[in-house]
Amino acid sequence: MTGEQVIFLIVGAVTLLSGFMVVTVRNLVHAALWLVATLFGVAIVYTLLNAGFLAVVQVVVYIGAIAILFIFAVMLTRREAAETGAPLNNNWWVGALMAGLTFSGLVYLLQTWSGFSKTASTIPSGFDAISQLGAALTSPQGYVLPFEVASVLLLAALVGAVYLAFNKK
Amino acid sequence: MNFWNDPLKIAADWLTGVFTGWGMTPVAANVLIAFLGTLLLITILMVIDIFLVWIERKIVARFQDRIGPNRLGPFGLIQPFADIIKLMIKEDTTPQGADKVVYNLAPMLSMMSVLILWAIVPLAPVMLGVDLNAGMLFIIAAGSIGTLSIIMAGWSSNNKFSVIGAFRQVAVMISFEVPMLAVMLIPTIFAGSMGLNDIIQSQNIWFFFLSPLAALIFLIAAIAELGRAPFDLAEGESELVAGFNIEYSGMKFGMFYAGELLHAFTFGGFWAIMFFGGYRFFGLEKVSPFLAIAVLVFKAMLGYWVIMWVRYTVMRIRIDQMLAFNWKFLTPVSFVLVMVTALMNALLKGADGWLYVTGMILSNVIVGWVSLEIARSAAKQERERIEGPKQVVEAHH
Amino acid sequence: MNEWLYVGLFFIVGLIIPVGAIAVGWLLGPKKPNPIKQSTYECGIEPVGESWVQFKAQYYIFALVFLVFDVETVFLFPWAVKLGQLGLFAVVEGIVFILILVAGLVYTWRKGMLEWV
Repeated sequence: MTGEQVIFLIVGAVTLLSGFMVVTVRNLVHAALWLVATLFGVAIVYTLLNAGFLAVVQVVVYIGAIAILFIFAVMLTRREAAETGAPLNNNWWVGALMAGLTFSGLVYLLQTWSGFSKTASTIPSGFDAISQLGAALTSPQGYVLPFEVASVLLLAALVGAVYLAFNKK
Repeated sequence: MNFWNDPLKIAADWLTGVFTGWGMTPVAANVLIAFLGTLLLITILMVIDIFLVWIERKIVARFQDRIGPNRLGPFGLIQPFADIIKLMIKEDTTPQGADKVVYNLAPMLSMMSVLILWAIVPLAPVMLGVDLNAGMLFIIAAGSIGTLSIIMAGWSSNNKFSVIGAFRQVAVMISFEVPMLAVMLIPTIFAGSMGLNDIIQSQNIWFFFLSPLAALIFLIAAIAELGRAPFDLAEGESELVAGFNIEYSGMKFGMFYAGELLHAFTFGGFWAIMFFGGYRFFGLEKVSPFLAIAVLVFKAMLGYWVIMWVRYTVMRIRIDQMLAFNWKFLTPVSFVLVMVTALMNALLKGADGWLYVTGMILSNVIVGWVSLEIARSAAKQERERIEGPKQVVEAHH
Repeated sequence: MNEWLYVGLFFIVGLIIPVGAIAVGWLLGPKKPNPIKQSTYECGIEPVGESWVQFKAQYYIFALVFLVFDVETVFLFPWAVKLGQLGLFAVVEGIVFILILVAGLVYTWRKGMLEWV
């Protein structure tokens, strides 16, 4: 068991636990903070995969913007912190059954996957991920069109948000 | 390779020898050495933090035409230690109804978000924590953790003023991150890399001379990020008492306060790294890493001095003025600056050194002047709308 | 991977130091809680009403606009890194990207979403 595997197991367990706490905690603000822990765990998993840029982007965008948005929404619309009602309804056993079936199905299908026994190839030192990403985003044979479409998508999101807020005003 | 040239490598090699002699594997020895190095750096930072308190109080005193602490020790140097002792022996109260876990976690996260920034600061060409190739975004990521800690502090205190102060502070901080991110693109364009060490190494001409407007916008956005005057509405003593840290006392308050000062010093350092050449000073850094560290600390102190100078000179700005200034002036100007810089960089790439520098400076000056003119005419229109057009006074004979 | 391990160590040590400082403060301080000391501060009077403030939609809108521009600048960083080695095409493409989003900012401005009150 290499050190990397140990770290991955610990981080994975903490992330899963945080995810579980997000949906079971009664206090909504606490749930938002557990979500932050989950997102941070995902960022650590990215660093284990040698995707440093993506890890930092995860923290900047998800924790720095989206989690703040969630927290604003929760804090500005809740009178008291703990007033959320029961987190479970009467049909919780159906949900548990479906989740169990899906999980066992996935485990069965993945048993024969060869990827579990292979280790990822080591990345050559001097591999500059960000530079390659920049080249890919701007080359016509690369991802130029999705790059521009992403900006149009962001514009659509902005216009949609403004429209919704404008109507409520 | 002697001690003056590469002290860290010599120390690391010696320690590795010691640890493997005790029977540890090389990997574990490396990790332990890294841990000790981290501990050393953070301890030094905390000591610097203590002296920053003294510097701040002496300088604010001089700005206000008084002397500042001078009773404890020569020139009041023992004063910060007395402050720490006082904060430590205070009672650790929690306001009733406060959310205990979040309330206690907030100051720890706030201090942590400042300390981790020093992992990527290049102290010398061979002495740096980590040469992350995503260094610029790491700064913003640490800022996000700081923002989170402020919201946690404000909400968990169970106090109206605390909540209002925290929300306003966070709204200002996230708003000013946009021009800061945009302006941080400009050293990236010049250096061709996001890593801070690469940015320093490629500053044969300081980036301040290549893009003064970017340096200015970065300074303004950084002061807003730090929550210092003139953008300290959240802590405005006359308005919200103390903002999000009303209910904090003792060492928890100490963490917020010291964290804020260290944050200001760190951003002075980043301003120096991104725009003033970092540890470089006409080749002095190649002589010895200790000189490089001294140069960097000197430049960071100068940046911190500018931040303090602004704090004790300019009046506080209202929150709607702050946000309007950010979204309607700084953000468009910074994005236009990025576009102009990218264009000029592409056009002048093969040109001579002096032509490049002059072209860049000229483009910056033009962008700055045009945006100021637009702002001025918009302000004039606004004034006329409120007060009515200026009556032309006829001269009476 | 090693470099991120160093960053992780910084996180851990950076968390230990404030925890240690606050723990020392907790150990050394007196522990005499009483209800007056622990009541929340409201400029010297008893707190009136709950600690809940009126929902101000503006906070949320600023956070939304910030989110869009945050994602935009994150996209622009790889572009900026490679800009020195690419030609005019990449520059024009980046300028188009920025212009589309500046148009979004202008739209938000004209709709009055950037006012505080």
